[in-house]
Amino acid sequence: MTSRRRFLALVAGALAAANARAQLDPNIAVKRRAALEAAIRKVTGGAPARAGKVKLEVPPLIDNGNAVPVTVAVESPMTAAEHVKTIHLLTEKNPQPHVLSAHLGPRAGRARLATRARIADSGKVIAIAELSDGSYWSHEVSVIVTLSACLEDGLI
Amino acid sequence: MARVAVTVPASAKRGEVIEIKTLAEHAMENGFRRTQNGELIPRDIITQFSCSYNGVEVFRAELHPAVAANPLIAFTTVATESGTLEFKWTGDNGYVATYSSKITVA
Repeated sequence: MTSRRRFLALVAGALAAANARAQLDPNIAVKRRAALEAAIRKVTGGAPARAGKVKLEVPPLIDNGNAVPVTVAVESPMTAAEHVKTIHLLTEKNPQPHVLSAHLGPRAGRARLATRARIADSGKVIAIAELSDGSYWSHEVSVIVTLSACLEDGLI
Repeated sequence: MARVAVTVPASAKRGEVIEIKTLAEHAMENGFRRTQNGELIPRDIITQFSCSYNGVEVFRAELHPAVAANPLIAFTTVATESGTLEFKWTGDNGYVATYSSKITVA
């Protein structure tokens, strides 16, 4: 027969287990880093992305993560021989690292792009540019987010 | 029809780099939010944006759920000849929006 003490322990255990499931994944940091690395690999195809040439502008302190103005500019003459092919924008702490991939060419005139992103949590924002010679360049900016983009799901 | 707003200069000098700003009205539901009953709200976003200048694609972007609602995309292009700029947004659940604007290049 189940004693009162045993019954209470069972109930407490079941509640704790249900609660734990609703809480954050304990490996979330590792998983997010792995997801970001996988996304960068997918973008660059394993080639190294060197720092430089790319200028990513994000406000360092973000009040509202739901609409963060982001500007990416890449140093390039934008000629047929030498231009920026693609600009990728990634974040570290979002459930999916990708924000936007833009494909441009010599007809862009200037390698400059502006958009608004959702950023879930304080962390890095990364811009990677693919040049026509096949090299990859990147710029990382660390930001602080006070109001996270809507994510109640334990993914943040 | 979905509302969009695009700013393109009406006229430009040949070879001038013009800035184009585009805004599409869309909630960009990211697929990670839940209702009060705990059900996931399915993803509903714009996934593709493209701009063509007299039929030639000059800019294309793939959008992911981390683009803010009413996505703003601003970019540049070289004014090569007079003609039409066509903008197209496509997304989940058959979302399509188009816009075209004329430009006179002197």
